[in-house]
Amino acid sequence: MRIEVSVNGAPRAAEVEPRLLLVHFVREHLGLTGTHWGCDTSNCGACTVLLDGEPVKSCTLLTVRTDGHEVTTIEGLWSGTELTPVQEGFHQEHGLQCGFCTPGMIVTGTAFLERNPDPTEAEIREAISGNLCRCTGYENIIKSIRWAVEHPARSRESRVGSRE
Amino acid sequence: MGATRERHTLGDRMLRKEDGRFVRGKGNYVDDVQLPGMLHSAVLRSPFAHARIESIDTSAALELEGVHAVITGADLEAQGLAWMPTLAGDTQAVLATDKVRFQGQEVAFVVADDRYIAQDALELIDVDYEPLGAVVDSRKALGEGAPVIRDDKEGKEDNFLFFWDAGDKEAAERAFQEAEVTVRREMFYPRIHPAPMETCGSVADYDVSTGQMTIHMTSQAPHAHRTLFAMVSGLGEHQIRIISPDIGGGFGNKVPIYPGYVCGAVASLVLGHPVKWMESRSENLMSTSFARDYHMVGEIAATKDGRILGVRSEILADHGAFNAHAQPGEEFPTGFFPIFTSCYDIPAAYAEATGVYSNKAPGGIAYRCSFRVTEAIYLMERTMDVLADELDMDPVELRRKNFIKKEQMPYHSVMGWEYDGGDYEGALQEALRIAGYEDLLAEQRKAREDGKIMGIGVSTFTEIVGAGPGKQCHIAGIEMFDSAELRLHPTGKAILKLGVKSQGQGHETTFAQIVAMELGIPAENIEVREGDTDNTPYGLGTYGSRSTPVCGAATSMVSRKVREKAKRIAAHMLEAAEDDLEWTGERFQVKGSPEQGKNMEEISFAAYTDVPEGEEAGLESVNYYDPPEMTYPFGAYLCVVEIDRGTGQVEVKRFIAVDDCGVRINPMVVDGQIHGGLAQGIGTALMEVIEFDEDGNHLNSSFMDYLMLTSMETPKYELGEFVTPSTHHPLGARGVAESPTVGSPAAVVNAVVDALSPYGVQHLDMPLTPDKVWRALRENGG
Ligand code: FES
Ligand code: FES
Repeated sequence: MRIEVSVNGAPRAAEVEPRLLLVHFVREHLGLTGTHWGCDTSNCGACTVLLDGEPVKSCTLLTVRTDGHEVTTIEGLWSGTELTPVQEGFHQEHGLQCGFCTPGMIVTGTAFLERNPDPTEAEIREAISGNLCRCTGYENIIKSIRWAVEHPARSRESRVGSRE
Repeated sequence: MGATRERHTLGDRMLRKEDGRFVRGKGNYVDDVQLPGMLHSAVLRSPFAHARIESIDTSAALELEGVHAVITGADLEAQGLAWMPTLAGDTQAVLATDKVRFQGQEVAFVVADDRYIAQDALELIDVDYEPLGAVVDSRKALGEGAPVIRDDKEGKEDNFLFFWDAGDKEAAERAFQEAEVTVRREMFYPRIHPAPMETCGSVADYDVSTGQMTIHMTSQAPHAHRTLFAMVSGLGEHQIRIISPDIGGGFGNKVPIYPGYVCGAVASLVLGHPVKWMESRSENLMSTSFARDYHMVGEIAATKDGRILGVRSEILADHGAFNAHAQPGEEFPTGFFPIFTSCYDIPAAYAEATGVYSNKAPGGIAYRCSFRVTEAIYLMERTMDVLADELDMDPVELRRKNFIKKEQMPYHSVMGWEYDGGDYEGALQEALRIAGYEDLLAEQRKAREDGKIMGIGVSTFTEIVGAGPGKQCHIAGIEMFDSAELRLHPTGKAILKLGVKSQGQGHETTFAQIVAMELGIPAENIEVREGDTDNTPYGLGTYGSRSTPVCGAATSMVSRKVREKAKRIAAHMLEAAEDDLEWTGERFQVKGSPEQGKNMEEISFAAYTDVPEGEEAGLESVNYYDPPEMTYPFGAYLCVVEIDRGTGQVEVKRFIAVDDCGVRINPMVVDGQIHGGLAQGIGTALMEVIEFDEDGNHLNSSFMDYLMLTSMETPKYELGEFVTPSTHHPLGARGVAESPTVGSPAAVVNAVVDALSPYGVQHLDMPLTPDKVWRALRENGG
């Protein structure tokens, strides 16, 4: 089937099998490997992307369903060297260890703060409860999202990982 | 935030250098590797726990368009590759030939254009099985009439695997005869799974034109795996390159070699294409190595006032269908279980274990654990509470009475270990202070009056981590040293290459901090590389908390070797005698005239531009460090729970953890490791379990039924810091990441049993699911 979808702001047209999952489309057809795959049962959230701004689990969505819609992956959140406050928060608060759950957490956290810009800790816990992390025990992830709340402006001098 | 403009060194809360790629979605995990011409694969797995294979018909699968190959056990057998050695000295079927021995076992390997076609082809393979009776309960494995699982071994007529014992049986016997009080507790540490968020996988890439095999794989031990691949495949070790890219969590799951890796390599060799193999989650939970599965008996002999005179333990160990236990050598079939006397001064101890085969996945590995330390500490801490209950004594008081005192260090345990310093009383005191123990006890009394079910549990322990020493510990004969190679470039920047491999522990940051401290250059200027066997020195890998104790020591030692040469160059530059120089931590200077000095940047430049006569150019070295002894991190944990009477749901209200891992290289990373380990330990106590029905069907093969903590169940952790430098390590550091998984399950279970003690409950086996707790309450009139 032929689909037209906007991915990270760029229009994409593709011929895909009806059964192709969105997670495989973005990872293998578009090479956007920041979206991960961690389970068979829609439990882990490693595959979370935004569909028209709403977080969805891309392992559970057929690619053809995105025809005419907008998909945003972790790669679409930042531009150049500039990080979003949520990304920066994960760095500042040690919100990641192996990094495998991180894109899903960041995508989920970003969409959540759009709706609720000043959440309580309990609200953050609930917001990320569909995303599993095996490494961090969640505490620092919660702090990371809180960090973004407290530092809303994009931090221009961010150089995380740029190894200047 | 400009972290790059600061100068970080050992002990700083330095933000992680590796974060940049991960927060951008630019990590590079195995499944992200895409090579030109790469093919995909899928594994056909056994639906039965035990069955004879009558025939396999792959013809229909082979006819499917897009399928390149279907490999069966018979194909491998023709090449002598149907069986492979395990790390525990047993054999394991790569693809089943005669029988399948657990549900989920590998039967055939399909290679196709994409993963969807490969999956389709699985449906077209026709296997004719003759089901056999299965043994899934280790207590029945040696019973009359139990089907023999390993009849591939000549003359094998039962499911017996090993018998092991250690300690002084007679001395322990005497202690029990003479004791005023003895207690005995049977308990089961259930089968669980490390379940890292990334499953296992590989991309094997055989280059026909050069004869080189490159395998990108989820490996916690790339060098050891290369050696094993060479031994099994017949390829030269120089023709094999293992690249372990970013790993999405390991926890011991990525230590063994799995059939999928081998099949992928064989397929690439045969087809001349790169071949990717990537497990699904259910394949990961069903077939890769499990942990624990220990039936244990704990016994303590004591005086009336609570002095322990002796301990005994008896273990029934289920190793699954193939013994793929991770252990530091065949001499340790129960790993480091002999640490079970833990932080207590115990004059007599004896432990024995029987290992058996069962129709379950092979293992067991050291899941976030230094080789069965987790089981040992759980046994001890649970039995301590049973004794406290018997004596009607506060569990805190009982532990205090029996601690090894800090004046007794270096302590030699009755099981033969030499401890590297420790202040167990001090750590417990700190945990009680944070908890406000007296107030907590009052709160509990009040809660009970109000009809609430509240419990307090403690657990105090020492671990043993950091295998070697090489003379004692090995993998397939290779001594468990580790390595670091350090090179300073002309501009004073450095590259450090390690024999270990991070799976999220933050090595790129913490190991740079070690070099920074040793050489006085900022950690920001040191690049750390791991995981590529072509570009790193030989090491045994990351598991059993050995990175800091062994490779961290190697990093210190290699830095000091570099500093030795730097000193000679500095002497030449300053026209001074070497003996007249002193190292300030930042630079070499002439004693008595501090204005004359050279720092590492200046010396590096000279190493390439102005080398003294008789000295080689360059500034680099390599160190292979064989630890003389292991390290003994310890901790004191306290858990507060409340139980919902209506549902049996256990809520962890508070969790206090005081850990002593000696000198902390990066306190932020240490705390992060403790958080993660606590979540896994609390999950173990409350919900994680792998069970089977009588026919051997796996009952927890997805995240729908293999439950792990989410953000909703995790408590807020209250951590305390305690630092007693290790006397066995050049930096005074110990491993830390496993202490929380070792120490926390017992704290949780002790808290739950304490909560239920008014209802006469003396013990419950993990996991403490709402259903189990509710039943226990009901049966006891709660
Ligand atoms: S991969 Fe989508 S929820 Fe796990
Ligand atoms: S950081 Fe490893 S799974 Fe979350």
